[in-house]
Amino acid sequence: MIIRFFHQMGSPRYFYNVAGKLVPWFMVSFLITLVFGLYHGLFVAPPDYQQGESYRIMYIHVPSAWMSMFIYVVMAVSGLISLVWRIKMTEIVVISSATVGASFTFLALATGSLWGKPMWGTWWVWDARLTSELILLFLYLGIIALHSAIEDKRVAARAVSILALVGVVNIPIIHYSVEWWNTLHQPASVTKFDKPSMDMSMLIPLLTMAISFKLYYGAVVLMRARAEIVERERNSRWVQEMVEQEAK
Amino acid sequence: MSTLSLTSAFSLLLKRDLVLAYRRRSELINPMLFFVLVTAMFPLGIGNDPKLIEAVGPGVVWVAALLASLLSLDSMFRSDFEDGSLEQFMLSAHPVSILVLAKILAHWLVTGLPLFIVAPLLAVLLNIPASAIPTLMLTLILGTPVLSLIGSVGVALTVGLRRGGVILSLLVLPLYVPVLIFGTDAVKTAIIGIPTTAQISILGAMLVGSLVLAPMATAASLRISLS
Amino acid sequence: MSEFFAMGGYAVYVWPSFILAFIVLVANVVAPLRQRKRALTDIARKIRRARKVQNESHT
Repeated sequence: MIIRFFHQMGSPRYFYNVAGKLVPWFMVSFLITLVFGLYHGLFVAPPDYQQGESYRIMYIHVPSAWMSMFIYVVMAVSGLISLVWRIKMTEIVVISSATVGASFTFLALATGSLWGKPMWGTWWVWDARLTSELILLFLYLGIIALHSAIEDKRVAARAVSILALVGVVNIPIIHYSVEWWNTLHQPASVTKFDKPSMDMSMLIPLLTMAISFKLYYGAVVLMRARAEIVERERNSRWVQEMVEQEAK
Repeated sequence: MSTLSLTSAFSLLLKRDLVLAYRRRSELINPMLFFVLVTAMFPLGIGNDPKLIEAVGPGVVWVAALLASLLSLDSMFRSDFEDGSLEQFMLSAHPVSILVLAKILAHWLVTGLPLFIVAPLLAVLLNIPASAIPTLMLTLILGTPVLSLIGSVGVALTVGLRRGGVILSLLVLPLYVPVLIFGTDAVKTAIIGIPTTAQISILGAMLVGSLVLAPMATAASLRISLS
Repeated sequence: MSEFFAMGGYAVYVWPSFILAFIVLVANVVAPLRQRKRALTDIARKIRRARKVQNESHT
């Protein structure tokens, strides 16, 4: 059964239709978890004993930082699958995830600096995690730039898959060298921010937000994949038929 | 017809590239000039306070080395791509990653090694103490091949593009960060006089790691961008 | 209710990050939809033009 599933998922038309059905489910469950997470994060969770209310930025900052890493790994895995088994659909997943991943990384950086201002007094601190996040943003931008630079989209997708693989191998190395670099130049004045030991009332909203961001990613990557499929398969008969049906 | 053994194919390709580079001798100076020029710019920007320059010295040398190697990366496959000999290499019976390794080695000998030779002069320019110069040389001799190896993956991905230069730096510079961090840190600790075995061994590990992995990634990228 | 919006004096940091998050999330949903719609209308226009050329060549 599984092989048939993979075989079918390989055909763009089948993927297009299945994705079409899945997107609403992802969207609805995303909205539900988002409302639940935000409500608990903003209203129910108590203020932090040290930082007061400003820590609530964590409910956006931390999940988007997790997402930026998670999406890159998903891109690398689907890149590997598309290179080894040459499945067209996984190629499309790679490029469809790139912009979402870059947006989450940017969001993590922006909220990180907005959170850092009240706590550390400056918009940007060369903290190990923020620096690794910044380098991850450059890796994402490199992937997006490479994909848009190559005209032939099949070649572009496979080149980007290789870049994602090379990137994912380098991410731990980059992260640990930044950690090493950070411990050397730890500016004495900045108190090293470590996550407050969270009790349940703070942890629940955080995990809900993390889940809701993953559902959001599911919805967006399928939507982008559908758009990518229509663009790639513009000459195939089933797209023409579909367009004519919608035109009527 | 006698097939070439792998080692002779490797050395033939290496010799070919070195001869080609030697014919354009005047171009060999460019990476060195760029390296010295960029390094000389920093004190002009920062001011001539010796203490400040010394504090920044190792970082400046390494950032300049990064930029010099990045600038010279483009020439690795560009000429072969244009006259079609790159496709011929790809068709050879030998594993492409070994041939690519020959090209990377040739590229490093032509562009990476000069940086290593001119480094003592820069150490003097940035008044890095003489005791740290051997470490600077050691980190450069270990680091610049890693820059060429990692850079070769980026070049292979952008060889087909007309204006690949900017994208190449966007792809490759983030991957250069670990080499920059450990290279600079080794020289800094050498200046203070602490033994730098940790940083040097990590740089060595990076060299061995990229020596094994990078050619494979470059060969795969070439196969894709030439397809 | 107003003290809620004050966010303990950190309103100027907390609300912009939530607004920014909202903008980024919405943008990433709108972009693919517009991309798909533009592609579909583009294909529809090509089909119409192809059919018009066909009819002219017959008459």
